[in-house]
Amino acid sequence: MLVIGIGNDYRGDDGAGLLVARQLRERVPSAVTVAEQGGEGARLLESWRDAEQVYIVDAVRSRARPGTIHRFDAGLHPLPAPLFRDSTHAFGLAEAVELGRAMNQLPASLTIYGIEGKRFERGAALSPEVLTASEELVKEILENIRRLFLPLEAEGGLQYN
Amino acid sequence: MSTRTFKVDYLARVEGEGGLYVKVKGDSVLDVRLNIFEPPRFFEAFLRGRNFREAPDITARICGICPVAYQMSSVHAMEDACGVKVEGPLRALRRLIYCGEWIESHSLHIYMLHAPDFLGYPDAIQMAKDHADVVQRGLRLKKTGNEILSFLGGRAIHPVNVRIGGFYKVPEKRDFEPLVESLKWARDAARETVLWTGRLPFPEFERDYDFVALQHPEEYPFNEGRVVSNRGLNINPRAYEDNFAEVHVPYSTALHSVLKGHGSYLVGPLARYNLNFERLSPLAQETAREASLASTCRNPFQSIVVRSVEVLQACDEALRIVDQYERPDRPFVDVQPRATTGYGCTEAPRGLLYHRYRLDDKGTILDAKIVPPTSQNQKAIEDDLRRFVGKYLSLPQETLGLQCEQAIRNYDPCISCSAHFLKLSLDRQP
Repeated sequence: MLVIGIGNDYRGDDGAGLLVARQLRERVPSAVTVAEQGGEGARLLESWRDAEQVYIVDAVRSRARPGTIHRFDAGLHPLPAPLFRDSTHAFGLAEAVELGRAMNQLPASLTIYGIEGKRFERGAALSPEVLTASEELVKEILENIRRLFLPLEAEGGLQYN
Repeated sequence: MSTRTFKVDYLARVEGEGGLYVKVKGDSVLDVRLNIFEPPRFFEAFLRGRNFREAPDITARICGICPVAYQMSSVHAMEDACGVKVEGPLRALRRLIYCGEWIESHSLHIYMLHAPDFLGYPDAIQMAKDHADVVQRGLRLKKTGNEILSFLGGRAIHPVNVRIGGFYKVPEKRDFEPLVESLKWARDAARETVLWTGRLPFPEFERDYDFVALQHPEEYPFNEGRVVSNRGLNINPRAYEDNFAEVHVPYSTALHSVLKGHGSYLVGPLARYNLNFERLSPLAQETAREASLASTCRNPFQSIVVRSVEVLQACDEALRIVDQYERPDRPFVDVQPRATTGYGCTEAPRGLLYHRYRLDDKGTILDAKIVPPTSQNQKAIEDDLRRFVGKYLSLPQETLGLQCEQAIRNYDPCISCSAHFLKLSLDRQP
């Protein structure tokens, strides 16, 4: 299992994905890999190549209430591209998902979380709304992981970091 | 007589924010503008007042696709200022990291950005539905380039291991083993790429360009050489500004460059190839011939084949460098500042990249000038479009519009790199 946090620490709430990844890293079983990335599409495709179950967390800007958590099952539907595409720069998450789909290279399960940001200025801190949402999302992902690992836990075979 | 206007508000599949405007009356092209509205970046101003040792890390931030080019032009300019020449294995490692950048940047452009134009797909995603194996090959090639960058530079984007005088840390010979395996695969894949791109359909279009590139007596150029053209220019990079001028145009935040007395000129793969064909490795030369690419190529649409030849050259060269590598005793040579001006030209994936820095005796940067390849190519792009549109006016508007975009992508323009301060208008919204 793989969790990827996408973002940029120097652009305010764009760091949300990275924050979630860092908080999860301390608390997940060792069978879960946690990665932090900038969102470059080819690298994402490469990262999830051998993973079965993948969670991706990114910041989004869709005029929803700041701190809203959007949830997408990328295996079922294309991502609403405007949410995950803030510029015309070449190749990001939405494109990576579609390219993966075209080449039959999506993980069996690919869940994408978008945390609605409030401020993306250079050097800004994360907004309180996004901090709260990040905590909530960390709990939600942990709970998902716990449920998936329940059978293993029952056998006493689960190692925590 | 009726006037027709073509407009592409946002160019897709180029790096950065740009548009295109073409105005036609009857069968004459009245106006062509490559519209660059990427906001200004102010890098030359950021550099003023900083220590000369910071330049490679600051300039690397100009581009996420070609950071090595910016690092290399800046370290060479600083070493030029300080009277230091880096030789031997450190020089070879610099060529190696440059190989990595050419491989990743060119592969991205060939497969993900440019090939869909030739095969009639709106983007690489649609192309992947029919050509998954081809797209896979492109992605893996790109990854090999990034592996070199991570290996030598410390990370795949904006490497942190490059410094004035060399590197912070250099690898042991045995550390290269995994990289060699990837590179051997990549060399074969690059050969296939040349043959594959050679079979694409190319619009009939040639221009008698002024090609400008570095030229080195023995090597296909990366870091070192004289600035030469096919029209007799042959200068030391120090004389760049005596021979080239930058001009403002109102519709672009990137300065246009002209070769004094000649006007527009072309830098990049096509220019390098035409001026340096005999310095390509035997394998690269032979594969180019096999793909029916002559040693002189003036069709800008064939730049996709030339780029593929350069990927092959870079893989071949990287393997040669790794094979001959002996770890140097120290990862860098000492460089002490002095009050003078330094100049550096290297070959970024998109073409010649010029840096000039004036330093004081403590190494503080007093003044900086950076001329990226896309700025230099803007006029050539517009000239291409003017002639191309003129030649193919009878095509349906939509087809012609698409082919104009394809013609711009021939240059793999990196708009973010080329955006300069021009005029800042602030629209403050609540």
